[in-house]
Amino acid sequence: MKRRQFLGLLGAAGITATLGTTAQAASGKSFDGYPDAKGVLFDSTRCIGCRKCEAGCNKVNKLPAPAKPFDDLKVLDTERRTDAKTYTVVNKYAGKKGPAFRKVQCNHCMEPACASVCFVRAFTKNPDGSVTYDASVCVGCRYCMVACPFNIPAYEYNDPLTPRVMKCTMCHEQIAKGELEAPGCVGACPKEALVYGKRKDLIEVARERIRRNPGRYQDHIYGEKEMGGTNWLYLSGEEFKSIGLREDLGTTSVPTMTSGALSVVPMVAALWPALLGGVWAMNKRKDKVAEEEQKAAVKAAKDEVKAEAAAKLAKELEKAEKDKAQAIEREVKRALEEAAAAKKDEEGA
Amino acid sequence: MSTESNKSLFTPVNIITGIFLAIGLVITVLRFTKGLGYVTNLDDNNPWGVWISFDLLCGVALAAGGYTTSSACYIFGLKKYHSAVRPAILTAFLGYALVVFALHYDVGRPYRLPYPIFVQPGTTSLLFEVGLCVFLYVTVLAIEFSPAVFEWLGMKSLRNKIHKLTLALTVFGVILSTLHQSSLGALYIAVPSKIHPLWYSPYLAILFFVSSIPAGLSMVIFEGTLAHKPWHHMMDKTHLDEHEGVILGFARGASIALAAYFAVKLVALAADNNWHYLATGWGAWYLVEVLGFVALPSLLYAIGSREKNIKLIKWTAALTVFGIILNRFNVSMVAFNYQLPSSQRYFPSWMEIGISIFVVTLGVTIYRFIVSRMPIFFEHPEYKDAH
Repeated sequence: MKRRQFLGLLGAAGITATLGTTAQAASGKSFDGYPDAKGVLFDSTRCIGCRKCEAGCNKVNKLPAPAKPFDDLKVLDTERRTDAKTYTVVNKYAGKKGPAFRKVQCNHCMEPACASVCFVRAFTKNPDGSVTYDASVCVGCRYCMVACPFNIPAYEYNDPLTPRVMKCTMCHEQIAKGELEAPGCVGACPKEALVYGKRKDLIEVARERIRRNPGRYQDHIYGEKEMGGTNWLYLSGEEFKSIGLREDLGTTSVPTMTSGALSVVPMVAALWPALLGGVWAMNKRKDKVAEEEQKAAVKAAKDEVKAEAAAKLAKELEKAEKDKAQAIEREVKRALEEAAAAKKDEEGA
Repeated sequence: MSTESNKSLFTPVNIITGIFLAIGLVITVLRFTKGLGYVTNLDDNNPWGVWISFDLLCGVALAAGGYTTSSACYIFGLKKYHSAVRPAILTAFLGYALVVFALHYDVGRPYRLPYPIFVQPGTTSLLFEVGLCVFLYVTVLAIEFSPAVFEWLGMKSLRNKIHKLTLALTVFGVILSTLHQSSLGALYIAVPSKIHPLWYSPYLAILFFVSSIPAGLSMVIFEGTLAHKPWHHMMDKTHLDEHEGVILGFARGASIALAAYFAVKLVALAADNNWHYLATGWGAWYLVEVLGFVALPSLLYAIGSREKNIKLIKWTAALTVFGIILNRFNVSMVAFNYQLPSSQRYFPSWMEIGISIFVVTLGVTIYRFIVSRMPIFFEHPEYKDAH
């Protein structure tokens, strides 16, 4: 490999490696969620697993009737997740203090993974705290489902041409229209295991419950910080992981995780043309220099040959001249000698 | 199998091709009448299956021969690889075209595929970047490939006009390739909680980009080997003379690129301090991938190019290609959703695999059609000294 080529490649490798830091375009600012955003506090210690919330959700969202009726509690024996016909489910877990229940639905992240990864902006984080989906632009790539750390969005896999992503909306539309004051599930709960209100206030309520009953609760509000914070919050008497809530998700939101990779994009577009163009120009110049050097070398060789030939010619000419002079001299000498001899002969005769 | 129009069409290769295409067409009808649920094993926990892992991730990585070969020849000044450029551009173009084609099966509403670019772009999504770059790069590849078509059709002035754009197209192609090759890895940066730590890394973008280079170079070697016998008669003297040089040079390049990839893999492992996972079952599988399909081919390539052992290089190319497929499968399927119980894990249905085979068969068939007609393995006599 030629030196220039090597330098070119080295430069290319170096720049690639140094990229990949996080862009902080508007740094100093962080989004702490809409100030008046609402949320729901779910208290697992109050939940009795009656599935009334599931029924309430089904009704207000006009979802299809389930295979087994909502008062069939045997359903709780197997762990379930949300699906295309179900925005929320209650699961039963064997806790240390007896059976524990946990309601599953969209957690309405403060910085939603689904919204940040959607390439047609089909998801919206609304000022009321809810995360809603617009089927009219959805392409159906299902990246939102891949990205959701809570495995919430579901898909209408059996619709061949117009499938939708299905998930809880925190009854955004019904509440905005005034049809409901709180989400369907909250309104249906007979045990006040669900409370709808401002997220800020809900955190206070949750802290207060923990303070008053430290033995009853885990000292943690799940969703306060998880994945950057969620508008649905959880209190539990059991460890959160034992009621199906992952404790290893961390507090970094998905948009923060991907911002580094996104920040590289404009840099590649900005630097690559100069870098690649530079490598090209160096190689082009190298070729040109090589060509010129070759030409110069050829010329020098030619000149040398010419000079040599000229010198040889001059030498030959000189030699010839010399020879000629010598010959003349010889001839003159001989003529003189002959003349002298003739004179001698004449004198002798 | 090429231009012999008087021979029977029913050669073994053609019969197998026909069977694969027929099965594919049947599954196509089922996909668009009964839906994804009927033909795939996808579910709410496993929204991406083999069509993403193979058709998209592997398809794009293995089509990297286009930008690696053209940049080696036109930007890095390695003119002795000129005869390898056209076959590589053709494969890349077909590869990307088929990636786009295959996506029509996977997305729920394929008729909306232009939406992210023309209707409502979601610029915070890495998938948007992938979509935009793939869209632009398919266009670039089509233009880069078009001179072959114009030479074939005898459209001289158009061919010469486009030929002048070669350098600009090559640079643009490398930019786009850098971006979308890396972004395919970056898609998974969003899901640290669902991918086993040995395969998850904040460096996924760099890992995918760096590994695309040996993938592309190995595909050029691999495919050159496959094409050599059936189309030997289509190859001109330059192509045949340069063939061995291309293999040796690309082997050396792939060896270095794999070594670099190995280094990035180590950095990723060390950066997250994931060493302790190496002692687990996942660790054993990780070591199989990294030692058997990254370090080993790097070494074999080095030996092959040093000893001018063409046969060894060809086998190493196959090993590398397989290793890249293994890596993409590991990230997107094997290590994906590792936290779920095995009953909730995904395995492709036969119909999903059928479509993947259908897509590959389609690609091979179009490739066969083109190389037996257009100036791919030979230079068109009218444009011999035109580069």
